[in-house]
Amino acid sequence: MLIIFLSRQALYTTITMIRLFKVKEKQKEEAKNATGNGPFKKQSAGELRLHKDITELNLPKSCTISFPSGKDNLMTFEITIKPDEGYYMGGKFLFTFNVCGIYPHEAPKVKCKTKVYHPNIDLEGNVCLNILREDWKPVLNINTIVYGLYHLFTEPNHEDPLNHEAADVLRDNPKVFASKVRTAMAGGRVGDTFFTKCI
Amino acid sequence: MVLSNSPITFWAGYAKFKSNIRPSSRVSPPPSGPLPSVPIAVGCRSLVFELQHTVQLRSSVPPMADASAQQSSRSRDLDKLLLRPGHLVGPAFEPGTELRDDLQEYARILVVGAGGLGCELLKDLALSGFRNLEVIDMDRIEVSNLNRQFLFRLEDVGKPKAEVAAKRVMERVSGVNIVPHFCRIEEKELEFYSEFSIIVLGLDSIEARSYINAVACGFLEYDNNDNPREETMKPMVDGGTEGFKGHARVILPGTTPCFECTIWLFPPQVKFPLCTLAETPRTAAHCIEYAHLIKWDEAHIGKTFDPDNPEHMQWVYSEAAKRAELFGIPGVTYTLTQGVVKNIIPAIASTNAIISAACALETLKIASGCSKTLSNYLTYNGVEGLHTKVTEFVRDKDCLVCGPGIFIELDTSVTLKMFIDQLEDHPKLLMSGASVSYRGKNLYLKAPPVLEEMTRSNLSIPLLNLMDKSPNGIVHVTGTAGKGDKRQSCSRKLRVSFKGVGGITDTDMAGGA
Repeated sequence: MLIIFLSRQALYTTITMIRLFKVKEKQKEEAKNATGNGPFKKQSAGELRLHKDITELNLPKSCTISFPSGKDNLMTFEITIKPDEGYYMGGKFLFTFNVCGIYPHEAPKVKCKTKVYHPNIDLEGNVCLNILREDWKPVLNINTIVYGLYHLFTEPNHEDPLNHEAADVLRDNPKVFASKVRTAMAGGRVGDTFFTKCI
Repeated sequence: MVLSNSPITFWAGYAKFKSNIRPSSRVSPPPSGPLPSVPIAVGCRSLVFELQHTVQLRSSVPPMADASAQQSSRSRDLDKLLLRPGHLVGPAFEPGTELRDDLQEYARILVVGAGGLGCELLKDLALSGFRNLEVIDMDRIEVSNLNRQFLFRLEDVGKPKAEVAAKRVMERVSGVNIVPHFCRIEEKELEFYSEFSIIVLGLDSIEARSYINAVACGFLEYDNNDNPREETMKPMVDGGTEGFKGHARVILPGTTPCFECTIWLFPPQVKFPLCTLAETPRTAAHCIEYAHLIKWDEAHIGKTFDPDNPEHMQWVYSEAAKRAELFGIPGVTYTLTQGVVKNIIPAIASTNAIISAACALETLKIASGCSKTLSNYLTYNGVEGLHTKVTEFVRDKDCLVCGPGIFIELDTSVTLKMFIDQLEDHPKLLMSGASVSYRGKNLYLKAPPVLEEMTRSNLSIPLLNLMDKSPNGIVHVTGTAGKGDKRQSCSRKLRVSFKGVGGITDTDMAGGA
């Protein structure tokens, strides 16, 4: 193995670092007063990419974005969706986005903060959207996710249920589903669950 | 490779190291006993084992023996690499005793991580002649570490890994000084990292690698011809293992690809659809993830799950077990729960040994020039038989972290607005509608409107003021760039320098990413 390591070598490395270290260590001993650049926030590659995503957002009219942590922390933000068609028309739903330092290698963490009666969003705010989990790819971006979320409100889908009861009602009786959605959005009770008004 | 032999290898290694901790122990026979049954492990570790053996011989020298004799015995094998010329050596290699002494005196190595790889690395580096080592790790020792993190004993459970590892290696290898740091890597100032000659990584996460990479690449400076300044280069050697697989790579910022240049190499983490977890669980892992991701929040409103809290883990395990029973799924155990929730892949001691031996060797090669360095990415796979390959990956020329960026010289009076307008005409950029950030501060954001409004007032301020009067620095811009059909949105790094400020216009930081 040693032979393998040695024989497949860099062809171009030109440094013998030890000379450099020696010079540096000596310089350090001589001049300890050298003031380098002060400490500053290290910007991760994920932040730089998110920066691009954010400035390129092309949101539908029904979606707005806000940054509760201010202009210098874009890694957490909120999206408000007000569907203009479908079962949820007129409602107002708040989502939080948490983006990590290795974005877009990993998808943002998205939660729905508005309690909603929805087959694909559970009562804790977990969202079943494929591009947030198993189908996330680094070529996707924040815009894609927002459109995906918007789509969940215009086309709720009983085949991927997180709220089982809501999914069954949607599948078996869309009219009853529609009225339950209206009840929930108006701040009423569906089954055992109270919903806060979001309309 | 006969897999069943692996535990024998590691127990043999473990026992040997342990027995030698006692000063009175007899010289053990050369490590040729049970080891050859796994040829790869022996081969890879040969340098390290040879050195280790040298130390054993040293310990057998009577205390009153001549100090120089001790010294020559101690470094006998290292001397073969450092004192003799050869035709595989690095271009500027100057063999001799001075080189050996300088390595001991001036090379300062930081080992990031004191776990499976970290323990091996500290031992290997100490035995390879490095005297000034530091190690940083935020974790405490757990019982499950003891099978492979051979510097730790049962009575160490609960103590900081970095501290115990440093102490054990110092007890074992005379002359080496290891400073432990029991903290998170983000807690250290940049100055801390700038002190080291080489940073060796024994980490288990992409995040941590990405962070150290950004820090190390941040020290890199380019000259006006976009060539990296060697004296600002902070080499990294990165090791990683997953079961029987591993990699060792050499990152010379500005010369070989940095971690971000090749981040696409990492496969995406496997994530199950939430609705599968909620509705149609089929595997034990589905049940565990259901308890972890969905059930926890239902039952503990507002309380975040802490994977390092055994009570939390126990709760998830029992919920997962209940769900598995409900669906008739076998296989949910506490260990599997930990594995799934913390994304743990079983660690194999011999893989760690092989990878860390490769990393220690590369560190020695970078420092001494005694051989040309690995170029630049070694993969090792011992799952079935053995496969190992070295791939020469290439840099991403536009890498925002390690690339040179585009050099721009400005008058001190240029406002942010004027600067943004200049980017449209810059031949290398042709960028319109740029957003600008400097050291994590967003100076101007073209969109969305809410952010544009917050940053608009900066447009009339001189850029020099927005950059804290710094004569030069790294600015990141995002916008639409290029010509005609090739126009596309992109992010670019710019090395901005102001004319006639600070007297230094030819030194440009490449970092700040």
